[in-house]
Amino acid sequence: MKIVEKAKIWFGISLAVMIIGLIMGLVQGLNFGIDFTGGTMMQIDLGKSISVSEIKEVLSPFQLNEDILHAGDKNQEIIIKTKKALNTDERQRIFEAFQKKYHLKDDALRQAEQFGPSMGKEIQKKALLSVAIASLGMLIYISSRFEFRFGLAAVIALIHDVFIVFALYAIFKIPLNSSFVAAMLTIVGYSINDTIVVFDRIRENLKYMKKKDYAMLVNNSIKQTLTRTINTSLTTLMAIVTLYILGVESIKEFSLPLIVGIGVGTYSSIFIASPLWLIFKDFKSRKMAKFRMN
Amino acid sequence: MKIKNAVLFLLIIALIACGAVISVKGFSAGNIKIDPVQDRVKLGLDLKGGVFIVLEAQTDATGSELDRIMEQTKEVIQKRVDAMGLTEPNILREGRNRIRIELPGVENAQEAIEAVGKTAQLQFLKSDGQVILTGKQVKNAEVVFDNQMGNQPMVSLSLNSDGGKAFQEATKEAASAPVGSPERIIAIVLDNEIISAPSVTEEIPNGQAVITGNFTLEEASQLAALIRGGALPVDLVEVQTSTIGPTLGMDSLTKSIHAGVIGIGLIFLFMLIYYRIPGLIADIALVLYIIIVIWVLIGFNAVLTLPGVAGLILSIGMAVDANVLIFERIKEEIRNGKSLRTSIDSGFSRALTAILDSNITTLIAGIVLFQFGSGPIRGFAVTLMIGIVSSMFTAVVVTRLLLKLFANLGILKNIKLYGA
Repeated sequence: MKIVEKAKIWFGISLAVMIIGLIMGLVQGLNFGIDFTGGTMMQIDLGKSISVSEIKEVLSPFQLNEDILHAGDKNQEIIIKTKKALNTDERQRIFEAFQKKYHLKDDALRQAEQFGPSMGKEIQKKALLSVAIASLGMLIYISSRFEFRFGLAAVIALIHDVFIVFALYAIFKIPLNSSFVAAMLTIVGYSINDTIVVFDRIRENLKYMKKKDYAMLVNNSIKQTLTRTINTSLTTLMAIVTLYILGVESIKEFSLPLIVGIGVGTYSSIFIASPLWLIFKDFKSRKMAKFRMN
Repeated sequence: MKIKNAVLFLLIIALIACGAVISVKGFSAGNIKIDPVQDRVKLGLDLKGGVFIVLEAQTDATGSELDRIMEQTKEVIQKRVDAMGLTEPNILREGRNRIRIELPGVENAQEAIEAVGKTAQLQFLKSDGQVILTGKQVKNAEVVFDNQMGNQPMVSLSLNSDGGKAFQEATKEAASAPVGSPERIIAIVLDNEIISAPSVTEEIPNGQAVITGNFTLEEASQLAALIRGGALPVDLVEVQTSTIGPTLGMDSLTKSIHAGVIGIGLIFLFMLIYYRIPGLIADIALVLYIIIVIWVLIGFNAVLTLPGVAGLILSIGMAVDANVLIFERIKEEIRNGKSLRTSIDSGFSRALTAILDSNITTLIAGIVLFQFGSGPIRGFAVTLMIGIVSSMFTAVVVTRLLLKLFANLGILKNIKLYGA
């Protein structure tokens, strides 16, 4: 296994995804969910599957510029999302329009949600703060249990994961909402877990190292922990993918970034974190060598 | 020795099985009664259906001034919600200047939002029902003590200038009515409910009035708070409303449980096929893990939300991790030519640092999430943290004990059965 030797390739792949994400994000803009921009969501059970164009027709007098999704086992439900903040009266009028057309009972309105624009800003701010504080806490903990270079490499790998998932969302224009934020924070916890297991092996192998071949040491440590890394990711994915397939809409919104994040987290613990540590290590030994020459 | 091990092994498994059955079916014998888990777990609004509203106070006030305003606002809303007669409504201050109102089981969301979200209506009415003042004209209401009457608590009102004028006219008119007649009474009405009906003794000029009566201190402060509250010092803006129909909540729950059962089933199967005997033991430990997490959640009075359920299912996937770490280590030790029992021992001790360090770092993320998250995210963080601690316990203590007991039995020695 030659993982660290090809570090440039792995870093290049990650960097490329981030840059594409950045460009796509700048060009087409990020797709923020209504809980970030402010807006309204309504979920109505129509009893049967109705085409989007027909629904748009019912909604046309309200001028919502809405997105429409189907939900339910037989696509009998619709989810209307608009960036307009509709108050209770306006929501009621919209529901009544559907009620009249499809002869619905009152309980056909399954869910209605309205977000003010100020909520989203706060969620974003808190999320950024959370990631920053969590990273700092982890950096301190890992530095104390391992050494600073491990901490730094682990936290960079972590931030890498957040950026990559973010970039993927920008590229595919998936809406960013508060479920996404919660999932990202979970990924922060999950991906560091994977990284620590590899680092733990490096730390252990360092004790028994005879030749000063750090590259081989890192490669071996990755290889020794590989089955575990794959199996754990597999079991976690089993749980989360079934949730994605069988869950309701809001569960899907939460599990999708988790699936992506677990994949990226597994990747970074193998291909980013350990090679980074090696670079930091080499950097130090090169400096030492220079020092000795002088 | 072997018999002792076998008995202990079977006893632990039997205990875990009992725990699982009691959790699902409940238990009752004599005075001891344990309700099944499904009746004891508190469900969040997103699972049982209902309405929640987040209102934001439009004010620049800070510090204790803001606290006072928020407290008053909460009082008024609390009173309105109490009048709706719901089970377990929840009103809490969120962040700095927001109030979150959760109304579980509300079927007609429209009415509920109107009843709670409307601006407070405080009115002073004449006996014929004519409005003298509204809450907007009341500047302040506070408890004062009557020095002459043995420090009897009273409520003092101060009105703004046009309120004062209107009040002066009304009191002049009322005071001219015969003593004891209903015309002398001015009713103070909050949201169509009479909260006080003092009798006017004389014309009140300058917008300063006192309401006397045989108030206890508590009654007087409550009345003052209500009048103040009626004259809400701030406007409230609806920043978020959510209505979850009762059927959707149930749907979400059953679908998540359904998904959870299948996901867990897959994990169990995977562990069994890949790790054989240790896998079977890990599966048993996982059952215990699930029981522990659910009962700890009940013990903490935690509210299970949809992200919470997702967190729980995710945590089961992650809980396997500690087991996988240990088993991989045991396999390595076996491959290095050590005996089965030594391999189990050294596998556990070598995996321990990785388990500890990786879980503690995840725990750090959980704590931060709990500190800075709001609403459902906090619920998720709690599940995550409980999950981490329980999974360490079940993997390091229970799996280890069971595996050692089983290995000591001396049956099924073939190392292939240990996944090697």
